[in-house]
Amino acid sequence: MTSGPQRPYLWTFVLFVGASLALYATFATVHYSWNWQSVWNYRSQFLWGWVTTLLISMGAMVVSIIVGFALMLGRRAPVEPVRLLCTGIVELLRGSPLLVQLLIGYYIVATALRINDPLVVGIVLLGCFEGAYLAEIFRGAVESIGASQREAARAVGFDIVQTYRFVIIPQAIRRALPGTTGQLVSLIKDSSLLSVIAIEELVQKVRILNSSSYTALEGYLPLAAAYLIVTLPLSWFARQLERRFAYET
Amino acid sequence: MKLEACEVTKRYGNFLALNGATFQTGDAARVVALLGPSGGGKSTLLRVLGGLLLPESGEVRQDGLVLPHTEDGALKVLRQNGFVFQGYNLFPHLSALQNVTLPLTQVHGQTAQQAHERAVELLTRLGLAGHFHKRPAELSGGQQQRAAIARALAPKPRLLLLDEPTSALDPVMTGEVLDVIRELAEGGQQIVLATHEISFARKVADWVVFLANGRVEESCLTASFFNEPSSSLAKTYLTGLSKYR
Repeated sequence: MTSGPQRPYLWTFVLFVGASLALYATFATVHYSWNWQSVWNYRSQFLWGWVTTLLISMGAMVVSIIVGFALMLGRRAPVEPVRLLCTGIVELLRGSPLLVQLLIGYYIVATALRINDPLVVGIVLLGCFEGAYLAEIFRGAVESIGASQREAARAVGFDIVQTYRFVIIPQAIRRALPGTTGQLVSLIKDSSLLSVIAIEELVQKVRILNSSSYTALEGYLPLAAAYLIVTLPLSWFARQLERRFAYET
Repeated sequence: MKLEACEVTKRYGNFLALNGATFQTGDAARVVALLGPSGGGKSTLLRVLGGLLLPESGEVRQDGLVLPHTEDGALKVLRQNGFVFQGYNLFPHLSALQNVTLPLTQVHGQTAQQAHERAVELLTRLGLAGHFHKRPAELSGGQQQRAAIARALAPKPRLLLLDEPTSALDPVMTGEVLDVIRELAEGGQQIVLATHEISFARKVADWVVFLANGRVEESCLTASFFNEPSSSLAKTYLTGLSKYR
């Protein structure tokens, strides 16, 4: 038996093999007949879908973090109308289905504004939707920084901007990280809904593949793998960040 | 230094923390002790005197100058003062050194080099050599409070305000911190100290302000407060405290 730093990797491998065997056994039980050749023929389409998903997700992540931060600040603003407006936006975005937001946002709002690029509209709409969730994660983290820290910040002479920059945000980041990672993983998966506004991202490509090659499930297994290729490194990266921000309080 | 407060009121919700507190110290008071039972308004008055809290009504004067009643004006005054709190309130994500240097560079316009030298000098003087790069959680309570004192002293404050600086410390650490405060007082630092350390106040303070129920019951020279307290509340307080000491 090995010990030391290799051990987690060994266990990961064992569990992975175990899970794969279980999956194989399940498929074997229902006598599913595979047709991998047709999937292989569509590999470049599949890859393009994956790149599109990746681009949308990265764009929407940037938008969502900016929107989330702005909404968080708005919900804490001293001016009541701003507070109410931001609360309303958060509740509306979180409370209604993304599907409806995409349809109305693209076919009505974007058309009215004469924006025709579905990719841009999709990134903004998805970013706003996830930003509303992030706003609440950020708000929770910021409000968990106690009154004594705010008082200490004022006592050393910091104004409100310095207080946020040097005292509240550095401490809040650490508390917001786990929730934020989860939300960004959700964002990547939610990007599949953008097919309703004519964006051929990964899931849409697989649907096309399945219907044109008369296969049922062959496309979906690589699909799951393709998402994991993005989400697993994201989670890993977030854990590294958490470790960097870790300190005793 | 002459400190004056005139009809100062401060509320927290329905609770009246200061209810028309009025006092004035002698013209040459250097170390002013705020004494009195818990919940009497010591901490609130200390914050109002230093400009950290704005009162609802009333006026505070330092050497005849009225403290501003706006947030921005108060910030200017409070940047000339140094605060030390009961719970240390260091920034937990920064090292002891960074806790001291950050306000110097960001608020007082010093260069990183100047701030670093000042922080090293002060932390060493307060017995924290070798602990510069530790975060607050890696320091003992006494060390944390001394780092907090260093942070407050670093910009050379006109007035150092300490809010029960030893209430969270065991007797040994309390001794360490009180030694530091005494040295500062002897070195000429102007101090306002809210405390329950009655015998320390008696030794170090030259003026006592006694508060109970949000009002100043007594404001006089230290010697006369301890030898012949005039209010009955002060008498009860002193007998209660000296019972087991």
